[in-house]
Amino acid sequence: MTQTGKGMTSVSVALAGSGGAGVMTAGNMLLEAAAQAGYYGLMTRSSGPQIRGGEAAAMLRICTAPCDSVDDRYQVLAAVDWGNVARFAAELPLAEAGLVVGDPAQGEPPEVFLKSGARYAPVTLKAMAKKIPGGWPNMVALGLLGGLIGLPRAALCAAVEKSMKKGGDALAASLAAVQAGIDEAAKLGAGFPLAPAPAGSSRWLVTGNQAAGYGAIRGGVRFVAAYPITPATELLEWMSPALARVGGTLVQAEDELASINMILGGSYGGVPSLTATSGPGLSLMIEALGLGVAAEIPVVVVDVMRTGPSTGIATKTEQADLNIAMYGLHGDAPHLVLAPNSVADCLLTTQWATHLAESLQVPAIVLSDQFFGQARAVVERPAEVSFAGARERAAPNTVDYKRYALTPSGVSPMAIPGTPGITYTADGLEHGERGTPSSAAADHLAQMDKRARKLDSIDYGEHWAEIEGEGELAVITWGSCTGAVREAFARAKGDGVSGRLLSLRLMSPAQPEKLRRALKGVKRALVVEQSFGGQFLRYLRAEYDLTCELTSFRRPGPLPVRPDEIHRKILEWSRA
Amino acid sequence: MNAPAQAAQLTPQKFKSDVKPVWCPGCGDYTVLSSITKALAALAVRPENVAVVSGIGCSSRIPAYTTCYGFHGVHGRALAAATGLKVARPDLTVIAAGGDGDGYSIGGNHFLHACRRNVDLTYIVMDNRVYGMTKGQPSPTTEPDWDSKLSPQGTGLREFHPLVIALASGANFIARATSSDPNGTAELIVQAVRHPGFSFIEVLSPCVTFRPEQRTWKDRVHPAPVAPTDDPGRAARRLMTDDGFNIGVLYAGHRKPYRTEQSATPSSVAELEAEFIL
Repeated sequence: MTQTGKGMTSVSVALAGSGGAGVMTAGNMLLEAAAQAGYYGLMTRSSGPQIRGGEAAAMLRICTAPCDSVDDRYQVLAAVDWGNVARFAAELPLAEAGLVVGDPAQGEPPEVFLKSGARYAPVTLKAMAKKIPGGWPNMVALGLLGGLIGLPRAALCAAVEKSMKKGGDALAASLAAVQAGIDEAAKLGAGFPLAPAPAGSSRWLVTGNQAAGYGAIRGGVRFVAAYPITPATELLEWMSPALARVGGTLVQAEDELASINMILGGSYGGVPSLTATSGPGLSLMIEALGLGVAAEIPVVVVDVMRTGPSTGIATKTEQADLNIAMYGLHGDAPHLVLAPNSVADCLLTTQWATHLAESLQVPAIVLSDQFFGQARAVVERPAEVSFAGARERAAPNTVDYKRYALTPSGVSPMAIPGTPGITYTADGLEHGERGTPSSAAADHLAQMDKRARKLDSIDYGEHWAEIEGEGELAVITWGSCTGAVREAFARAKGDGVSGRLLSLRLMSPAQPEKLRRALKGVKRALVVEQSFGGQFLRYLRAEYDLTCELTSFRRPGPLPVRPDEIHRKILEWSRA
Repeated sequence: MNAPAQAAQLTPQKFKSDVKPVWCPGCGDYTVLSSITKALAALAVRPENVAVVSGIGCSSRIPAYTTCYGFHGVHGRALAAATGLKVARPDLTVIAAGGDGDGYSIGGNHFLHACRRNVDLTYIVMDNRVYGMTKGQPSPTTEPDWDSKLSPQGTGLREFHPLVIALASGANFIARATSSDPNGTAELIVQAVRHPGFSFIEVLSPCVTFRPEQRTWKDRVHPAPVAPTDDPGRAARRLMTDDGFNIGVLYAGHRKPYRTEQSATPSSVAELEAEFIL
């Protein structure tokens, strides 16, 4: 939370309640209203283990500038009822000067939420809603939260209208309930009013899963086969109708073994192909990814990482699939691994991954995570990026065609079924240049060298990493820790500490020369990641020749990494 | 059927590559290969419009022995790869091929769902009731008392019944063939490729190395004494009670093949972002 004379530049609020209370609906409307009013924001969600019903919480951060991370504490927690909401206590740290709003008819708020010193304000949400025929407590709560953070009434109403297109009595009742909430907020004191919204720009309201799906389609993906898995399912559910609109197809497979082999089949047929999954599914796909490497068939696998190992915590985030993505394949199997660094960047990174996979004829793994995938964010409209070049196809009737010809770049033109005069068999068996199986040492070495050479043959340009700031100190991070690190650095500046932020987007192939240049003059680096065992630290040590002193900041999921913990670490580390 | 009409019919020889098979002399798979090339010639397709897709095993080596586009993937996943290819490229004629271990054991789940999904492709299983490439272990179709080093005195497990499973799972065309009758098998493959939806042909193809007693299969096979039926109930009874050596089309159904829905309102890629714009 940051206070200025004119109001807050960031405020975080949460709305909780049991299943059917409509907290997600109200949360989405609040985010939409904030966006309408010109603010940026981010909404994450949490729910209990029940398949349907059960307690849920919508957690929002509304800001005057783009934000890629959750904040440290919540200014307001409003609950329609308390049910089992206490189970979210660790996810909902409240500010000392925070406010807890609850309906006294639903009992007292759990003690854990008042420990911070937050003030309790009883508001009879249910009774207030009841006074309005057709009114609902969640709409009262929406008005209340909107009022407390100073969102204009018009923006709140617009958000409600947008979501209740049918209009009629139900809409009128909701608008009246929102108004009742706004009126009630005014009685609760000063609230947490936001500073004025920044000047309007072109913005999107999008989840990381949607952005990744759209990036894939922009990159040319027209065939998807996939098996449902949390938290990747929404990516697939978004792509299914979207693909149909642009002439593509999605098949629901019987398992992840089928998904990956189906997309290998589709891509072998010349159609850029993708699947999306999470850790357990990626584990099942590993064997066939090796086939993609050996037979040189491009595919994209988006792994929306969740807390592992095994089934782990399916609905929570972690950055612990780096090892399997980098090193899980048997044999020496060079392939691409990329990672987005923000919700919006899921678009660019997946589009780039598709482009690279296609041009290099190699599988690409995109390591998104649950935080990105399921967070809904108001972001600047992502730039239109066009990556030139695509899969190189062999011409019909090429004389003496060799599918796996040993070219200088390692990339050899691919024959696409339907093309006459150049038929071949794609094979996971080691092969010679024509694709004919071979166990000869010379063929093995030549083909291994070719497959490795492909990945080293191109300049990955500036997208390999995000690099910000100057100084002798650096924080090296990746993925969803990036936003929290950026914010921590901004705060550290106020303490007189500054340094460089490096967030790697291209994990494989590693770019040691580029990192060396980016770290020129850096004496010490802090490595920030969300994994128990320090997978990213080990990766850096294995792949890069780092001369600076490395310190590790790491912890596992399921809780998101917050700026404050990194800020404190940066201060302690920089002064050590 | 998706085989594009072609003016000039090629000879079976034009579908045979010059790669030398790894198979043992006397292996039934040689004649299955020639049945496939004969069938493709009879179908008047061009090699570049046909894809032969396989997994791992002796018979799964078959794609490279044709002049068609071939896909020799990982063990057990031939049907998944073939499904992806056919759905992404409906213009191609897709034939998946392999053995009993590849198709019924490690690939068993894909077999069930390929039958259910009913994608318009043909699946040829060369069943020799043994893992040959790994030198003689029992497969799902091996007799329960067949002795081997890995499972001495046999597995004790009841044999898998692929034709009944295929019927119960929704395959649209079910036939049994024998490698001892290459022309008859070629004719069955032609019918299978022409039949819409998922067509399944189980070919009795002896392994003379690890199951030399299967040499007698050629004396035991006989044409099915019945006409093909489109009644699943009748087909089930037939398949459950026959002697395992009935050769011919045993079921031909009318299920609509899998097809994917295209939007009635096609749009440009850029139009997709409309829903995100504030």
